[in-house]
Amino acid sequence: MLEITDLNVHFGVIHAIKGISIKVNEGEIVTLIGANGAGKTTTLRTVSGLKKLSSGTITLNGMDITHSSAQDRVKMGISHVPEGRRIFSTMTVLENLELGAYLRRDKSEIAKDLSMVYERFPILADRKKQAAGTLSGGEQQMLAMGRALMSRPKLLCLDEPSMGLAPLLVQEIFDIIRDINEKGTTILLVEQNASMALQIANRAYVMETGSITLTGTGAELMQSDDIKKAYLGG
Amino acid sequence: MEQFFQQIINGISLGSIYALIALGYTMVYGIIKLINFAHGDVYMVGAYIGYFCMTSFHMGFLPSLFIAMTFCVILGVAIEKIAYKPLRNATRIAVLITAIGVSLFIEYGTMFFVKADVRSYPPLTGLLVKSFKLGDIVITMQQLLIVGITVILMVLLQFIVKRTRIGKAMRAVSLDKEAAELMGINVNTTISFTFVLGSALAGAAGVLVGIYYNSINPLMGIMPGLKAFVAAVFGGIGIIPGAMIGGYFIGTLEVMVSGYGNSMFRDAVVFAVLILILIVKPSGLLGKETREKV
Repeated sequence: MLEITDLNVHFGVIHAIKGISIKVNEGEIVTLIGANGAGKTTTLRTVSGLKKLSSGTITLNGMDITHSSAQDRVKMGISHVPEGRRIFSTMTVLENLELGAYLRRDKSEIAKDLSMVYERFPILADRKKQAAGTLSGGEQQMLAMGRALMSRPKLLCLDEPSMGLAPLLVQEIFDIIRDINEKGTTILLVEQNASMALQIANRAYVMETGSITLTGTGAELMQSDDIKKAYLGG
Repeated sequence: MEQFFQQIINGISLGSIYALIALGYTMVYGIIKLINFAHGDVYMVGAYIGYFCMTSFHMGFLPSLFIAMTFCVILGVAIEKIAYKPLRNATRIAVLITAIGVSLFIEYGTMFFVKADVRSYPPLTGLLVKSFKLGDIVITMQQLLIVGITVILMVLLQFIVKRTRIGKAMRAVSLDKEAAELMGINVNTTISFTFVLGSALAGAAGVLVGIYYNSINPLMGIMPGLKAFVAAVFGGIGIIPGAMIGGYFIGTLEVMVSGYGNSMFRDAVVFAVLILILIVKPSGLLGKETREKV
């Protein structure tokens, strides 16, 4: 579905992403793990069109989207839940969700998806008239995910969905990710919580300072000694 | 007491004009964090377009108002596209200096075409010259017209910002540009639309001030522009209801100072308010204290 080939990204003179290639097949959960500053978030931002690349290509279902605008990529089915959730804090929960469906005109289908999101995240239904900034961290993460689902994505990119959440909530969020995937959405997941990410991922890539150092299925990497030492705490 | 109420009525009329201009300042600041110093000059151009519609083309008040607003929309969007858009990723000070440049360009460009002379709006006729007396208080038809049109435009603006798709996009972009992009919102279009709204209101204010004070000149935008800026800061820059409140407050204050104190001090008092608000509550009346994110 998504194919990144030989991607290079620079921040000024800093070579942040050094020729990486990543493939995400339809129906998979693929995770990108690695330490802080490895380039995971930058890779995701390049996929959704927020960051310009220096060279390389990105294709979605065979279509070259390397130079497409962020807007066109949303239209083509890429939805991105950014790091730190980035909800619209002074707008209501409902308005946030409506903005998720900004490019869609099919009112009745939007209403269906809205009730689907409320079903998945009942707390959002209770708080729909509330300003989004008043939600707790976990609720904001749910809102950010619900908002992303409102565009009916084919590929959902998640950046650190577990960041700053209590362990119980982390488990809940990962269960939801798995469930979204089972209902047919392909997922590209960036995580620092490697053990959680590897548990639900079909395949994983390990990033270190802008390069991919290791790749394999989630189960394989869980067993790898290098990974255990570096990311799983022994 | 009559005098007090009379001054309140005059203050509300003047405040309407400041409020209309302040709205443009505050919306543009909200979305691109720029104090658009050329905004007062858009208002001046609006006054001139209205003048030419009424004198050269003998149009009525409402068609003139409409044409002035339309022309100001075109001017506002052109300013944004030509002067500000290429600087989207530049430092804020660079854009601010550009805004001052645009302001001077419009002021002296207009002066080149229409000469520096003061011109008078044509005398109003018919219904518009009527006035009402409530005891000793006089309310003129012009004042009713100014307040009425301002209220209509504000209600319309609130509706657009709160209820429509593009209004929601405007609020989203002003809160978080990147997150808005991830929703599929076209940020550039949304910014242009903000200039459309602000410039239309400034154009309306220009025509209204023309019929209220009668005289217009190419530098007339400077002082009301600055005062509307103070009004926007007073209410909390970036906050739409704040600009409305600020406009009426500054208008009333100015009239009160002229009426009860010394009209020589009316400008000084307005800018004293600016200094005071920056010391006491820099985020403005309705603003929340926010720290710059590092």
